[in-house]
Amino acid sequence: MTTLLEPFQFEFFRNGTLAAVLVGALCGLIGVYIVLRGMSYIGHGLSHAIFGGAVVSFVMSWNFYVGAGLWGFVAAVLINQTVRRTKIGADAAIGVITTASFAVGVALISRYRRFTRSFDAALFGNILGVTQQDVWVVVGVTLLVMLVVFFFYKQLLFTTFDADVAQVYGVRTAWVDTLFALVLAAALIVSMQILGVTLIAAALVVPAITARLMTDSFSRMMLYSTLIGASTGLLGMYLSYYVDVASGATIVLLQAGLFSVVLAITSLQKRAGRRLLHTHV
Amino acid sequence: MRPLVELKDVSFGYGTEPVLMQVNLHLHPGQFAALVGPSGAGKTSLLRLILGSLQPTRGEIHIDGQVLHGQPAPCIGYVPQLETVDWTFPVTVAQVVLMGRIRRSSYWPWSSAEDKRQLEKVLASLEIDHLMNRHIRNLSGGQQQRVFLARALIAQPDLLVLDEPTTGVDMRTAENVLHLLAKLNQQGMTILMTTHDLNAAAAHVPWVICLNRRIIAEGAPETVYTVDILNETYQADMLVIRQDGLLLVQQRPHHHTYHELLPKPVLGHVDGLARGRVG
Repeated sequence: MTTLLEPFQFEFFRNGTLAAVLVGALCGLIGVYIVLRGMSYIGHGLSHAIFGGAVVSFVMSWNFYVGAGLWGFVAAVLINQTVRRTKIGADAAIGVITTASFAVGVALISRYRRFTRSFDAALFGNILGVTQQDVWVVVGVTLLVMLVVFFFYKQLLFTTFDADVAQVYGVRTAWVDTLFALVLAAALIVSMQILGVTLIAAALVVPAITARLMTDSFSRMMLYSTLIGASTGLLGMYLSYYVDVASGATIVLLQAGLFSVVLAITSLQKRAGRRLLHTHV
Repeated sequence: MRPLVELKDVSFGYGTEPVLMQVNLHLHPGQFAALVGPSGAGKTSLLRLILGSLQPTRGEIHIDGQVLHGQPAPCIGYVPQLETVDWTFPVTVAQVVLMGRIRRSSYWPWSSAEDKRQLEKVLASLEIDHLMNRHIRNLSGGQQQRVFLARALIAQPDLLVLDEPTTGVDMRTAENVLHLLAKLNQQGMTILMTTHDLNAAAAHVPWVICLNRRIIAEGAPETVYTVDILNETYQADMLVIRQDGLLLVQQRPHHHTYHELLPKPVLGHVDGLARGRVG
C-alpha cells in the first residue's frame, strides 16, 4: 500500500495525475462525437493548428490559453464550415486548414528565432510540469464541457446522427457545430499541455473506438469512453513513474493495448456467434 | 380553403445551373401527392425548398400562410431517403424516434414522461412497439421505413414530406408503405412524397405532379399519365397501358432489346422441377 501511495508524496505527481485523469476523461467524452462524425483525424490536425496559435501567442506576448484557444476555435469552425458548405470532405478540410496553421507557427519561429519554450514539451506534452494553475484550468474546462454535453445532449446527438435532418426538425445545427468547435478547441488546449501535439489524436480517438466495440448504445459509449480515458490516465501515470517512461506515451500505449484486447475479445465473440448460427442452420 | 403549401413562381439553381424554373404549386390540407420525374428533374431540391433547407433564387414559398425565410416550418415532418441514414450509428429505434420531439423537448438529457407516452403511442400506431430497444441496423427495410415515419409523426406535423419512401425496398414492402401512407392520409394527414415508381404512384396516390425543372402537369393519375405528358416529363418514349382498372407505365427501350441484340442468348440451367413451368 505504501508503495502505491509513494508517488503521491510529490506535488508534481499529484498535479500530473489529476490532470491526466481529467484530460483522459475529457478526451474520452469529446472523442465519441469526433469518431461518430467521421472526423477522427481532427484531433491530430487541430493540435497542429493550436501549435500555430501557441507560437503566435508567444510572439505577440498574449496569454497562451487565450491566444491558442482562439486560434484553435477559429480553425475548428473553419473546418466545420468547409465541410458543411463545400464538396470538400472532412479529411481534406482538416489537412489543409491545420497544416497551414502549423506552418504559420513554424514560419514565425524561423522568422523571430526567439521561441524559448521546449519543442519536446510542445510535441509530447509536459505532464510533470503541470502547475496548480494548469490543474484549475483543466478542472474548469472539464466542468464546462460536461455542462455543454449535459444540456445540449439531444441537439448534439441529433446533429451528429444526421445534421441535415436535424436542421429540418428545428435544431440550429450551425450553433451546435460552433458550440462543439468551442468545446473541442478548449479540450485540445488543456490536453496539449499534458499529452502534446503528437499524442492528442490517440487520446481523442482510441477510448471512443474501444467503447464503440463494447456497446451499441450511444449513452453507454460515452460512459465507457470517459471511464477508459480517465482510468488509462491514472494507470499510465503510475506505470510511467515506476517504469520511468514518458507519461503521455505510456497513457496512449495503455489505451492502444486495451483497444487490442477488446478487439480480440469482440472478434472471438463474433466468430463464436457465427459458428453457433451455422451449427443451428 | 387556404393551401398548406404554396410555391409562387419559384426558381432555384446551383450557381448558373437552373434546377427549378418558375414553379407554381399548391398543396391543400388533406391532399396526398406524389412528385415524379427523371433523375435531375429537381424533385429533391423542391422538397428541400419546402423544408426550408434551401432558399429559392426567385419567388416565394408559403407554408400554412407564413412565408418561409430560411427557417424550417415547425408543422412539417420529414422522412429522408433510407440511403442517407448511417445504420452503424449506436442508436436504438426509441432514440431515433424521440429525435422527432426535439422541438418540444426540454434541455434535460433524459426523456420526459410525455415524451415516453408519445413514443409508445406512435410506435404502437405503426405496429413497431416491440422494436423499441432494437438497434436500427437490425431492422428490415419495411421496419426501417416505419421507424423514420414514426420520427416524423411524433412531431405531430400537419404535413408529411417523404423522399423516395419506396426506393431500396422490395415490392411488397413498398406496397405496405404506400398503404400505410394512404391510411394516414385518410386520417387527415397532408402528404407529399417523391418517387421513381410511376406504377405504385398510379395505384396508391390520388394526385401526381410531373416535374422536370418545371411542372409539366399535375392531376389524378388517369389524367396525367398520358403518353404526351410522360414523354415530355421523362424526355423518353413512354408506353401507357390501361388494363383491369390499372395504369401501367413503361419506357420503351431506346436501344435494341436483348432479343434483337442476342437472337440466340446463352440460357441458364433449370432443374427438372421448374423446367415444365418455364417451357
